[in-house]
Amino acid sequence: MKRLFLALLGGFAVLAWSQTPPAASPPPAPPVVEQFTLPNGMTVIVKPDRRAPTAVHMVWVRVGAMDEVDGTSGVAHALEHMMFKGTPSLKPGEFSRRVAALGGRENAFTTRDYTGYYQQIPSGRLEDVMKLEADRFARNQWADEEFRKEIEVVKEERRMRTEDAPRSLLYEQLNAAVFVASPYHRPVVGWMSDLDAMTPDDVREFHRRWYVPANAAVVVAGDVDVAQVRKLAEKYYGSIPARAVPARKPRLEPVQAGIRRIEFKAPAEQAYVALAFKVPSLASLDTPSADSDDALALTVLAAVLDGYSGARLDRALTQGDARVADSAGAGNGLIGRGPQLFVLDGVPAAGKTPEQVEAALREQVAKLAREGVSEAELNRVKTQWVASEVYKLDSVMNQARELGSNWIQGLPLDADERLIQRLRAVTAEQVRGVASRYFGDDQLTVAVLRPQPVDKNRKPRTPPPGFRH
Amino acid sequence: MTTMKKIALGALCALALATFPSRQALAGIPIQHWTQASGARIFLAESHAIPMLDVQIDFDAGGRRDPADKAGLASVTAGMTPKGVRAAAPLPAGPGPYPAAMDENALSEAWADLGASFGAGAGDDRMSFSLRSLSYPDLLAKAAELAARQLGEPSFPEAIWLRERERLNASIKEANTRPATVAGRAFAAAVYGDHPYGQEMTEATLARIGVADMKAFYASLAPCRATVSLVGAVTRAQADALASTLLSRLPQPAGGCAPLPPVGEVAPLKAASETHIPFESAQAHVFIGQPGFKRDDPDYFALTVGNYILGGGGFVSRLTAEVREKRGLSYSVYSYFAPGLHAGAFTLGLQTRPDQAAQALQVSREVLAKFVAEGPTESELKAAKDNLIGGFALRIDSNRKLLDNVANIAWNRLPLDYLDTWTQQVDKVRVADIKAAFARKLQPDRMATVVVGGKP
Repeated sequence: MKRLFLALLGGFAVLAWSQTPPAASPPPAPPVVEQFTLPNGMTVIVKPDRRAPTAVHMVWVRVGAMDEVDGTSGVAHALEHMMFKGTPSLKPGEFSRRVAALGGRENAFTTRDYTGYYQQIPSGRLEDVMKLEADRFARNQWADEEFRKEIEVVKEERRMRTEDAPRSLLYEQLNAAVFVASPYHRPVVGWMSDLDAMTPDDVREFHRRWYVPANAAVVVAGDVDVAQVRKLAEKYYGSIPARAVPARKPRLEPVQAGIRRIEFKAPAEQAYVALAFKVPSLASLDTPSADSDDALALTVLAAVLDGYSGARLDRALTQGDARVADSAGAGNGLIGRGPQLFVLDGVPAAGKTPEQVEAALREQVAKLAREGVSEAELNRVKTQWVASEVYKLDSVMNQARELGSNWIQGLPLDADERLIQRLRAVTAEQVRGVASRYFGDDQLTVAVLRPQPVDKNRKPRTPPPGFRH
Repeated sequence: MTTMKKIALGALCALALATFPSRQALAGIPIQHWTQASGARIFLAESHAIPMLDVQIDFDAGGRRDPADKAGLASVTAGMTPKGVRAAAPLPAGPGPYPAAMDENALSEAWADLGASFGAGAGDDRMSFSLRSLSYPDLLAKAAELAARQLGEPSFPEAIWLRERERLNASIKEANTRPATVAGRAFAAAVYGDHPYGQEMTEATLARIGVADMKAFYASLAPCRATVSLVGAVTRAQADALASTLLSRLPQPAGGCAPLPPVGEVAPLKAASETHIPFESAQAHVFIGQPGFKRDDPDYFALTVGNYILGGGGFVSRLTAEVREKRGLSYSVYSYFAPGLHAGAFTLGLQTRPDQAAQALQVSREVLAKFVAEGPTESELKAAKDNLIGGFALRIDSNRKLLDNVANIAWNRLPLDYLDTWTQQVDKVRVADIKAAFARKLQPDRMATVVVGGKP
């Protein structure tokens, strides 16, 4: 979009930077992004970037762990694994062999909100991967035995990422406590007992239900031509029959009315504390709302607290003789298909307690609510965002990822540019306002990790499942 | 939370060892090289599409030069450079925009205000500094001056070091509660013996490190020992001036730089070893390996292509096929070489449920032994070449990736046309070359094995 660069240059002008780009070096060619919809409802987004003879091709499906139901948690992610296991015309593993033979790299990812698949390829190989990806999107097929092996791999993944990672376990518990009705209650990878009980048909049914053209977007970025991509998309994705996107139940989170606290013990040396406050999210860039304004101000607040090393939390909690923490952080969710959180967290310094860190974190927010934020701090965090908009142009992969995740959230193609504009417009008074309104006790859940010695006789957290051979 | 299907670790390690570049994409991006009067070697790839610049400055001041009783010195010394600068020395060019002493917060605020960043770190071989800035002249000039201050005039404040040491100690203790840390340490000890590549930063070595040690260690950094790699929107003249600025506050020894003392080589393993460490964890961690080869080894390409087939090629490697795909034993299984100035380790690694450790170990050993004995098949070699050669452009399709390649050429003194000939070098590799190279480098009957947390 042409506006992207104009906005950036405008950004430079209002910030403390006096210089303008030299006339000798013309600004980069304006990035163009196009989006269209195939007759079957599938969205296609194309962003040409001709710096190198490579391209990235992604399929984003608007289905993630939040679309699962109790008893089959983890099925969105298990399906992501099984998508590599074949189609009527491709044997297990053949998808990856083909992509590798094309010189490509590939992977896939599952979150609460979406599932994505991608290949990075020499741009001349775009048609090959579009053909492969469309095939498995429409016709993923494998024998039960393939699932029985792969679900063991998924369990190993859970053991690696969660079971042996105390802070991951803590966040699993925290989410389960923060969200009661919202599907964000469950972990993306799934509870171990749900993985044990999962059947091949659970996975097939999830694919049949959610992998419909109108629930997915193809994103192509790099050394490509829009007209060529359109033709290929029509040929390979356009032939997938249209089906209705299933209705989604709202499963809204009831209002929290009072502080919740959880304690979690795990073998570790360092304690850890996380404070999760329920906050509004940015619902739309087009429809103004007080909640959206607040969500943006909360993001600026998080950056003022923790947007660069030596920002407020670092300085107040981790420095000086009386420091209480080895590290401290802040982050705001801002955008998502489900309810969002503002999280403060910290690792107590030796001899300090999680309670001291909790109090110090909350004091920093209270101080900001009392005294406000300086223009210098505000400009500093905005400057970094504006600069990062230039740096991100270096990676075609990141640009494609951004386009895909914006589509998932129902945001427009130029969402990032507009988001930066909106963040730049946030005032010191707004930041102070959200600091004073969203950090009481009633919407707060506190999770504390209490470190335990590594116990040689500890029972396994999850009993070993029956051996599968 | 994001859950990825495949594992980054093996892939990352494979990439770290082989920074591959691309002939095709490089055709438009020649690497310019010159040596400044100071002796600093400059390497530049101009890339004008985006108004930004990336710079990496490397010195022969990595962990291999740590005194044994002060392991971690290079790393913590680099880590202290952003913690403060002294007042600027008067230079002919003037004091610059940042004349006063600055503490850690003043420095980080200055970087944030520029929308730029300057990082420092140390690996086994190099101490590296990396600058990323927008390339608008006023901004870039300030960023270069600030980087020069940080690079040339760090203050190494003692109070901050004592604090950082406490934080490091706490994180070491925390890491020691993880099976991966315990396994990694045991493996490094078993493979490297007392070579500096195997030295581990511990609370004990940190206790012996003071700011005087850092200042003494840092004193070897000088313009004549610098390798500067730049990628971005600058001309050769601008790059030359920029490099001069960046190095302007590092003292240049009168009479130039004497060679640094040599560091001994990694000794080959004399016998197989097997270390089993009990650990209560959800997964056992398994490592198998031995010293590998040096970066200047003539077998480099045969070993790189061979390892892609054995355990480097993500989903399509033999190890992944046998351990993960056929048996569902592990989410992640990989092998990689880590060639450096010395013979970095060959490492085969995986994690699995404790009761499966013995089986996974046995399968991995069989795959490895068979590969070393027989080499790859013709069709495996063809598949590897299809991927490595076909995907060559993906290795240099951003400034960030290009910088890795330019710095690799610069540091390892590879020919300037290294990227132009890379695909030909890969294409020349034959099955017999891989078999012979693996037989020369790997001895499956004399490897170190570490299993942490395995259960019968």
